[in-house]
Amino acid sequence: MDMQTLYLIVPLAPLFGAIVAGLFGKLIGRAGAHVVTIAGVAVSFIASVFVFQDVLAGHTFNGTVYTWMVLGDLSFEVGFLIDSLTVMMMLVVTFVSLMVHVYTIGYMHDDPGYQRFFSYISLFTFAMLMLVMSNNFLQLFFGWEAVGLVSYLLIGFWYQKESAIYANLKAFLVNRVGDFGFILGIGLVLAYFGSLDYATVFAKAPALANESITIWGDSAWNLMTVIGILLFIGAMGKSAQFPLHVWLPDSMEGPTPISALIHAATMVTAGIFMVARMSPLYELSDVALSFIMVIGAITALFMGFLGIVQNDIKRVVAYSTLSQLGYMTVALGASAYSVAVFHLMTHAFFKALLFLAAGSVIIAMHHNQDIRTMGGLKKYMPITWITALIGSLALIGTPFLSGFYSKETIIEAVKLSHLPVADIAYWAVLIGVFVTAFYSFRMYFLVFHGKERFHNAHHHGGDGHGQDDHGHHGGIPHETPWVVTGPLLLLALPSLAIGYMTIEPMLHGDFFRNAIYVSDRHPVMVELNQHFQGAMAYALHAFVTVPFWLAAAGVGLSAYFYLLRPDIPAAIQKRFAFLHAMLVNKYWFDELYSLVFAKGARLLGGGLWRGGDQATIDGAVNGLARQVNRIAGLLKSFQSGYIYHYAFAMLIGVFVLVSWFARLN
Amino acid sequence: MHEYILSLVVWVPILAGVLVLATGSDRHASLARWIALAGSLAGLAVAIPLYSDFDTSTSAMQFVEKTPWIPALHVFYHLGVDGISMPLVLLNSFTTVLVVIAGWQVIQDRVAQYMAAFLIMSGLINGAFAALDGILFYVFFEGMLIPLYLIVGVWGGPNRVYAAFKFFLYTLAGSLLMLVSFIYLYFQSGGSFDIQTWHGTPLGMTAQTLMFLAFLLAFGVKVPMWPVHTWLPDAHVEAPTGGSVVLAAITLKVGAYGFLRFILPIVPDASEQLAWLVITLSLIAVAYIGLVALVQSDMKKLIAYSSIAHMGFVTLGFFLFNPLGVEGGLVQMISHGFVSAALFLCIGVMYDRLHSRQIKDYGGLVNKMPVFAAFFMLFAMANAGLPATSGFVGEFMVIMAAAEVNFWYAFVAATTLIFGAAYTLWMYKRVVFGNVANPHVEDMSDLNAREWLLMAVLAICVLGMGLYPKPFTDVMHVSVVDLLAHVAQSKLP
Repeated sequence: MDMQTLYLIVPLAPLFGAIVAGLFGKLIGRAGAHVVTIAGVAVSFIASVFVFQDVLAGHTFNGTVYTWMVLGDLSFEVGFLIDSLTVMMMLVVTFVSLMVHVYTIGYMHDDPGYQRFFSYISLFTFAMLMLVMSNNFLQLFFGWEAVGLVSYLLIGFWYQKESAIYANLKAFLVNRVGDFGFILGIGLVLAYFGSLDYATVFAKAPALANESITIWGDSAWNLMTVIGILLFIGAMGKSAQFPLHVWLPDSMEGPTPISALIHAATMVTAGIFMVARMSPLYELSDVALSFIMVIGAITALFMGFLGIVQNDIKRVVAYSTLSQLGYMTVALGASAYSVAVFHLMTHAFFKALLFLAAGSVIIAMHHNQDIRTMGGLKKYMPITWITALIGSLALIGTPFLSGFYSKETIIEAVKLSHLPVADIAYWAVLIGVFVTAFYSFRMYFLVFHGKERFHNAHHHGGDGHGQDDHGHHGGIPHETPWVVTGPLLLLALPSLAIGYMTIEPMLHGDFFRNAIYVSDRHPVMVELNQHFQGAMAYALHAFVTVPFWLAAAGVGLSAYFYLLRPDIPAAIQKRFAFLHAMLVNKYWFDELYSLVFAKGARLLGGGLWRGGDQATIDGAVNGLARQVNRIAGLLKSFQSGYIYHYAFAMLIGVFVLVSWFARLN
Repeated sequence: MHEYILSLVVWVPILAGVLVLATGSDRHASLARWIALAGSLAGLAVAIPLYSDFDTSTSAMQFVEKTPWIPALHVFYHLGVDGISMPLVLLNSFTTVLVVIAGWQVIQDRVAQYMAAFLIMSGLINGAFAALDGILFYVFFEGMLIPLYLIVGVWGGPNRVYAAFKFFLYTLAGSLLMLVSFIYLYFQSGGSFDIQTWHGTPLGMTAQTLMFLAFLLAFGVKVPMWPVHTWLPDAHVEAPTGGSVVLAAITLKVGAYGFLRFILPIVPDASEQLAWLVITLSLIAVAYIGLVALVQSDMKKLIAYSSIAHMGFVTLGFFLFNPLGVEGGLVQMISHGFVSAALFLCIGVMYDRLHSRQIKDYGGLVNKMPVFAAFFMLFAMANAGLPATSGFVGEFMVIMAAAEVNFWYAFVAATTLIFGAAYTLWMYKRVVFGNVANPHVEDMSDLNAREWLLMAVLAICVLGMGLYPKPFTDVMHVSVVDLLAHVAQSKLP
């Protein structure tokens, strides 16, 4: 089998599964649906491994699959660019997707929409693969919107739930705001580069580095800055960066497996991937990079704060995802693209693990998601407990674990960055370390340690399927079946070790050499390389650095607060009621947007409709009709029926015509 | 064979319509339906050679027929198609089949007349697309109004007479000005009604400007462009489902077609000078109408407003004067034909069951009609311009073309990404998602075989065009490039 066929198999195998499970779900039954989709994703994963080996052997590919449209010399194509960046994404996407597929067998066991769910997540896998494998902007946008569509369908999977169908509409529309910028960016790329093909665009980019465009009046803007910011607005939507972050927490209304797959590991990282892919463009604009860094820093820190006050187990993890996406974005701004992508990878594993562990807890709690009513689950759910602990430790950056290597490097990269905004960003990511550790272990302690508070908890049905309560409501919680714990264990392995194993080739070796471009003006990676003396030394050194002690302090404080002295956080909450209200209300962004945009647009639309269409336009037309009627009434009197009236009128007419002709001559 | 294809395309549906009329009263309704179906299929079949035998390498008119009609006035029965009109003829012939099937069980009253009206209209519209003689075009252009007027006026809703009048007067006002322009052109061109001769007729700036405005009104009303659009929502609301389908899918396209066949090539200097006007009106249509659509409580009105916004892309694309924009506009016309037809059929499916078009009367349809909900989702997404559906292709091309001309054109046009999604998906959410809203919804049954067939065929069109639009643009490209070359040449004497 040649490589091209293998490339095609990677996205098409999940698509095949999605179509079969979607269209013939009734025919093949529940087992048939999960067998065919899991087989599809498994094939895709195995094919990705082969492609990975091929890329490691030094082969890359950039070619067309089919021509979408041709207009003279302008050609739009669907094609693949297979290099180290792509293949890393392919591995992450297919592996996490495979784990989530297996896990879903357990999680959605009693759901009536079983086949539909498998169809959707396989379709998602296809769309995400098309996105990362694209060799041009058009297909990127295809994948970009297609993952958005599946995300929309999955957030609203439980379509009877009012909160779910509100959340999915919100997610789609907020993403569309991002896509609005994105498509304008693509439009400028086509206008100035004459092509949407990555290779062509990147090759021409240096020549256009000083090109400027006038946007408003006489003010000239650097073209790369404008394109960079517009494309990044797309990333802000997809990767939920401030101020387009509002949809991600609400997306937790969807079933937990997709929170892990789509809203933590893969789709939300598409924006990070996109900026890394576009590094030849972003390297040409310090303004765009600074913009990215500021947005990332705000997201990393301020979304982290919100995690502290959440009581819904999934929402805590969701805010930590927002915050971690902010870290990746900051790294992009620092020109440390490979570090951002590295964090993307480690995060995909440990965050998917945390979400799936949360889901396991949710199953055991009969779909109650309030962490205040849990506690002491450690002894009932040993596998979930240990894997959740591994995930949390990886998240807060414990030395030797995967998250440590990526996050520590991000912090150092920001410190080394010469962008004027880097100082502020550095403080944001540094404080963020403490905040992350605090809210992560607050959740961990409340769920797995301390008093067992679930005996008196009433059923919330928070995760939606109210119809199933697994038949033993109120009993002692117990460990979930192997289809749930298996993926947890398989995700725990890379969460532990992938950072240690891959930091050297990915960040300090030449793995990304041909995929990511960094200008000499941004020597952050070069300086990082100089200090790096191996994964082991790096981890050992961490014990004398600030971030480690900040994280330790965060864990210690949360242990003190939530295991020993739960009265203290309660007192703080009372003492700083306004601060607490601000965090609980998420800085009131939802209220603001709902008022300004949702209500505002409807008000404006109603005004234009009633004032413009009905009053002014139809008013004028109807008025005209009345005038015509009136004049017609007058004219009617001329049709008197008397011959001499008509003769007189004719005479006047002839006179007028004759004199007009006479004037002409 | 080639010399008669266009005549067949025009006259087969008309003759079939006459035959259907001959079945008389509703006692023979079943026979009328079958003849209508056979006639519409025959109409589509005779149109297929237009595509299969089409030469994509030339911009010259193809399948040309020319015989004197009124020799005294140099009026010819002159037909022919190029890459601009040929796809529209096919779209029209295809839509006619759908409309006949859509009215199969729904129309029980005066079946023969209903079916005949659609068939005759189909032939007349094909005639308008294929006419190369000004008077012939005018006859077809006006003639098609009559069956449509009857469809709205006879089978329409309670307020149908008002709507039919409004529609008729609006369009008539414009076309009278067009006729005046035609007569002027007849004299200027030395006594010819040949449209292609007019393309080469030199004209002064004042004459061009006046004619531009006359044509703009004539065709702008049909498109319809803001601010002469208000007849459309009223007409849609009162029209039966089939009427709405043809109105949205085809009739609007005749107006847009007029821009390419008449305005751009006949008055190119005025077109360039007044492009800003059309572009402004188009952008208003996209943004203003997008917001207006958001607040509609009647589903048909909502889709009608959405049609106006989508047609704004068509006129915007035309006046960007580059191949991407013009072909984007054309692609958008065809895509809108599929998507709006599908959406009006969806509303028809719901209306047949619950006899309401009000969003508030629905809710939770997915519980009772999952198959319908899936199709409706696809078409809603196509309406919102999702990639891989046909709705994306034209919008994408026009936005790209606009970015090349002026960033702010693209900026306003791209707001459709937000507005289009907002009004379509918000409606979808309220109608389809949620719990079963009331006992009436509880009684609704999923698609029957006939409805399923219609939906499936349109779904294939929408996805096929979205995944592989190349065949469409391949057909248009040479003709569009030639048109733009023509527009670039000044006609000032």
